[in-house]
Amino acid sequence: MSPQPILTLRDVSVQLGGSKGFLRKTVPPVQAVRQVSLELQEGEILSLVGESGCGKTTLGRTILGLQRESGGEILLDGRPVGGLSPEAARHARRGIQYVHQDAGAALDPWWSIGRTLEEGLKIHGVGDRAERRERVAAMLSAVGLEPAWGRRYPHEFSGGQLRRVALARILLLQPRIVVLDEPTSGLDMSVQATVLNLLLDLRERFSLTYLFISHDLSVVERLSDRVAIMYLGRIVESGPAKVLFAAPTHPYTRTLLAAAPRLAGRRATEHVAVRGDPPSPTLVSPGCAFVDRCPIGDAACKAEVPRLAPIAPQHEVACHRASVEQTASIRARRRA
Amino acid sequence: MMPLLSVHGLKVSIDTDEGTAQVLDDVGLSLERGRILGVVGESGCGKSTLIRAIMGILPKGARVERGEIWFEGENLLVFSERELNERVRSSRIGFIPQDPLLALNPVFKVGTQLLEVMRWHAPDDGSRGGERRKRHVGRLVGLLRRMQVPDPETALERYPHQFSGGQRQRLLIAAALACSPRLVIADEPTTALDVTTQHQILLLLRELVAEFGISLLFVTHDFGVVAELCDDLCVIYAGQTVEAGAVLPILDAPAHPYTRALLACHPDRATSFTGIPGSVPSPLAPPPGCRFAPRCGDVRAVCSAGQPPQGRSGTGAEVRCVQYA
Repeated sequence: MSPQPILTLRDVSVQLGGSKGFLRKTVPPVQAVRQVSLELQEGEILSLVGESGCGKTTLGRTILGLQRESGGEILLDGRPVGGLSPEAARHARRGIQYVHQDAGAALDPWWSIGRTLEEGLKIHGVGDRAERRERVAAMLSAVGLEPAWGRRYPHEFSGGQLRRVALARILLLQPRIVVLDEPTSGLDMSVQATVLNLLLDLRERFSLTYLFISHDLSVVERLSDRVAIMYLGRIVESGPAKVLFAAPTHPYTRTLLAAAPRLAGRRATEHVAVRGDPPSPTLVSPGCAFVDRCPIGDAACKAEVPRLAPIAPQHEVACHRASVEQTASIRARRRA
Repeated sequence: MMPLLSVHGLKVSIDTDEGTAQVLDDVGLSLERGRILGVVGESGCGKSTLIRAIMGILPKGARVERGEIWFEGENLLVFSERELNERVRSSRIGFIPQDPLLALNPVFKVGTQLLEVMRWHAPDDGSRGGERRKRHVGRLVGLLRRMQVPDPETALERYPHQFSGGQRQRLLIAAALACSPRLVIADEPTTALDVTTQHQILLLLRELVAEFGISLLFVTHDFGVVAELCDDLCVIYAGQTVEAGAVLPILDAPAHPYTRALLACHPDRATSFTGIPGSVPSPLAPPPGCRFAPRCGDVRAVCSAGQPPQGRSGTGAEVRCVQYA
């Protein structure tokens, strides 16, 4: 039995938008996240992977408490912290912090970095000014910036430095879980490497647990302990990073892995492109969401949503056909 | 045979409030017919200025100080604005932009915008007025069908927002090919797209190069995309070409210290994420000698003495580094 997870999600669903029309048009809500169950173990890096619109950012926001779930349970250290209003939820989940995708946009351009960082400590009631200043300076050097740079303004920093500022800001609040939303998107490769290095270093130093939201499979493979693949609001496959990249099982995972441009010389022409565009989350179909683009889907897939089921220890897949093929191959092996 | 496009010793400077920025300083590249050349570099290295110089759309305050841009046997730098418009842009050099949404005007129908390009730049086939327009519509619909845009006949009557990101990029690829160019320049055309859509577009581009007999100049910062798509590679650092040659040998055995360092940062290859120490030098005050010397792990005394000579690596790539002189 594994130790108690630091964060548990059970069948969490999130509806976004929608309005009942009295004077305006009635708009049905979007099911952005559908019955997602996840466990985050202390100290691990779990990556949430999917294409735009798959619900990975919404799920991250829900975990933070910025977005209220419409169903399911959220447990922090085994204690339920779900079903709360955003304000109460943020209070109960102070140990979870978020690094915004666009680090620059999350900073006030008129405030010096030092003032922005101090503000967080002020809100959380940290003592006198001298102590706050000292902690800000110490944190700036912890993320690899000069303490004196606290007097500078956001526009004086490069993209990579802004990520460091964003990390310093949340680490001052002593989180245990950090939700990183595409922390390296838009960075040059040499800068990306230093930011990833810093993330690994900070995890050690501050005993952090990361939920890493990304679509960059090269980074995900290198960085994660476990990976969960999302498609249209659902987790379709999850497992240890090594297993998932070595033996992707869900047809969508396979498609995604085949489509990702990788260095290991393989030509694009050797692959058949997946059909169609990523679907819109407003679409609701009774069966598997991937069926229209799936190379092995059949009638059963259109009728019923496949459940996430284990096919190996810790490796779960939500696919009717994958489990059929799996059983068939096991039977074949037994016969042989 | 002469390459379709070749750039020699191109030097471009831009006047700023703080002085003259040497944005391109001796860039060279060569694109053979029917091939795909990837131009790779980190932000600020001069990729965009290079393609703007080729198309003759440098920003205000920028000037070409030296160099030649040869395209189909003509030096584009001696062309007047009018000659470029009438004889080069769109008609012989097509362009695929980075952000398809920014490139399309939201208040005009897609057909209006694409046909406008053809009206000015399509080759003269003798037809006039309504007849010419009809032929253009026919060619566009055919191109859109080839680009796998759904309902190509009605697509021209729709507005940009009615298409997905991937479809918009397909529209612009069709626009780039509409006037039968010999060369297509693509500026990071897949950065804004999802992985599966990016894959579809890369496959499409590769097919189109063979099918339409074009050559493709593909600007990117993603070595993964280069590995999948390109035949040749040109690595740019701080306004200079540092390594150029066939893609696979360079990826297998990068020669220039910058190419080596950059590839070592790629998560597919990195043993540890150390990055490259320091940062790209300011074009206002480039270091003397080799531009990469201040960050180079292999630096020698001669490196800061003068510009390194052009040499050749073991795999046949052109390398600007004293180690290969």
